[in-house]
Amino acid sequence: MKFKGKVWKFGANIDTDLIIPARYLNTSEPEELAKHCMEDADPEFASKVSPGDIIVAERNFGCGSSREHAPIALKAAGVACVIAPSFARIFYRNAFNMGLPIFECAEAPDMISEGDEIEVDGDTGTIRNLTTGQEMKARPIPAFMQELIADGGLIPHVLKEKQHKG
Amino acid sequence: MTMAEKILAAHAGCDFVSPGDLVQVDVDIALGNDITAPIAIKIFREAGAKEVFDRTRIALVADHFTPNKDIKSAEQVRMLREFAEEHAILHHYEGGDVGVEHCLLPEKGIVLPGDIVIGADSHTCTYGALGAFATGVGSTDLAATMITGKTWFKVPETIKFVFKGERLPFVSGKDLILYAIGDIGVDGALYMAMEFTGPVIDALPMADRFTMSNMAIEAGGKAGLIAPDAVTEAYVSGRASRPYTFYASDEDASYAKVIEYDCANIEPQIAFPHLPENTVGLSEVGTVELDQVVIGSCTNGRIEDLEVAASVLKGQKVAKGLRLIVLPATPAIWKEALEKGYLAIFMEAGAIIGPPTCGPCLGGHMGILAKGERALATTNRNFVGRMGHPESEVYLSGPAVAAASAVLGRIGSPAEL
Repeated sequence: MKFKGKVWKFGANIDTDLIIPARYLNTSEPEELAKHCMEDADPEFASKVSPGDIIVAERNFGCGSSREHAPIALKAAGVACVIAPSFARIFYRNAFNMGLPIFECAEAPDMISEGDEIEVDGDTGTIRNLTTGQEMKARPIPAFMQELIADGGLIPHVLKEKQHKG
Repeated sequence: MTMAEKILAAHAGCDFVSPGDLVQVDVDIALGNDITAPIAIKIFREAGAKEVFDRTRIALVADHFTPNKDIKSAEQVRMLREFAEEHAILHHYEGGDVGVEHCLLPEKGIVLPGDIVIGADSHTCTYGALGAFATGVGSTDLAATMITGKTWFKVPETIKFVFKGERLPFVSGKDLILYAIGDIGVDGALYMAMEFTGPVIDALPMADRFTMSNMAIEAGGKAGLIAPDAVTEAYVSGRASRPYTFYASDEDASYAKVIEYDCANIEPQIAFPHLPENTVGLSEVGTVELDQVVIGSCTNGRIEDLEVAASVLKGQKVAKGLRLIVLPATPAIWKEALEKGYLAIFMEAGAIIGPPTCGPCLGGHMGILAKGERALATTNRNFVGRMGHPESEVYLSGPAVAAASAVLGRIGSPAEL
C-alpha cells in the first residue's frame, strides 16, 4: 500500500469541528460533507485539495467529538492519508473503520512542509519527502488492516469476508 | 486492578486484565443520537442485519438538532423513529420526552454502576461518574454493537487524580475538571482512563461528578471514572430496574501516574478560546465583554446547576445587549426548575428559556454566534466555530460564574454582585 501526493499542513489539536463543522451534520452524505472539509481551519481547502493529497498535522489530530463524519469528509475530499505524531483515540478508530489510512510519525511535522511531494509506504512505514530527499519512519499498517482499508472500511471488509466464506 | 480494569475484566469473562490487553466485552447499553445513529442505522442495514442484539439495551436519543432545526435534521430524527419502531427499541426518546442524552440516561436509570456503555457521542464518558466504564465510539462501532452486543477494547492505563483540601467559594466540579485539563492538556490522558478520587470528590454531589466525568474526553481520556459510594447509591437506587455492581480500585492498583491537587489553590476556572486546556483562574481573566451566556448542556444543565444559577440571578437583571440562554437538560429538570421557581427567576432577570437540546453547544441552533461575537458557556468545548461563526469566541465556566457574568456583561464573579 503506497501513497504519493502533495502535502497540506495543519497544526496541533485539529478537532473534529475543524474537520467538519457540526452545522453540516444534518446530513451524512460523503459528497456534501466533502464540500465543507476543514472549512473553519482553511475555508479554501475543499476547493484546493486534489485527490491523492496528504495531510500532515501536529499532535492530537481529530480530537473532540465522535463524529464519523470527520474521516468520511476527509476521504470524500480526496485526502489519501493523514500523518501526525498522535491521533485522538475515537478518531483513530473511526478512521480505520471508514477506510482512511492514518500514520503516526513524530518527525513528520518538522521534516515536511506545505506543498512538499511525499511518498508513504504502508508496508514498511517509510515516509520519503521527495522534495527534500529526507526519510522518516511511521508505524507500518499491518496486512489485515491494509486489506480492510482497501475494501473501504470495516463493514465492506466484513461483508466481503462473509461472502468469501459463502 | 483499577476499577476500569475490573469492569472490563468482568465483561470479558476473565478474572484479570492489564493495560494493553485486547478484550472483547459484552456491552450493557449502546447509545446513538440524531447525528450519529443515522450512519449506524445505514451500516446496520448495509450489513444485512435483521435484528438488534437486545431491544432493551439500545438507546436512541434525538437531542442534538431538536426540536428539528431544518428539513434534513427532521429526516435524521425520522430515521431514528422508524428504526426504533421497526425494532421495538425500548429507550427511544424524541419530542416532549427527549432530554440531553447524558443527563437523560442516568436520570432514567438506563445506565448504571458497573456497566459498560458505548455511545456514538464523545461525552458518553459522563457515566463514569456512576462507576460505569463508558466511552465514545464512532457510528460503525455502534452499528456493530447493535448487531452483536459486543465490542473490543484495548485495556487502558489509568491516571489517578487526588483532589485534597477544601473547595473555595463558587468552585464546582466544572472548575475542578477545567483545572485538571488545564494542567495535563487536551491530550494529557490520550488513550487512558482518568480516575477522580480524594476527599473533595467524596463530598461532591452527583451533578458535579457527572460534570467532571463528562469532560474526561477534553483531556483525550477514554473514560473518567469515580468510585461509587453512598452518594451514588442514593442517586441510583430509586431509578434502576436491573441489578448493578459497585467496583472500586484495589489499594495496590497500578497507575500510569498519580496527580494530586490541593483545592485551596483552585479558584473558579475559565477556559479561553479555542481549547479547553486554555484555563485561567477567574482573578486573572481581565476584562472580557460578552454577547451571550449559555447555561445548559450535558456538562452543566442539571437541576443543581440551575439552582446555582438561580441563586446568583435572583433579583438581578441580565446586562443590556447580552443574551442569556438557559436550557434545562431534560423534561424532568425543566419541570423541577419550574416548580422550584428557578424559571421565574430567569425570566425576571431577562433570560431566554429554551427546551432540552444540545442546540447551541455544538453550533446547531438556538443560540448561534455572529462573526466576532463572544459567549461564555457552561458547555464543554470552545473550539473554533463551535457555537457559530468561525470568528466567534467561546469561553467555558461553571454555572455560578456564567450567571454572574450574564449580569455583569463581562466575565466576572458572583462576589461582584
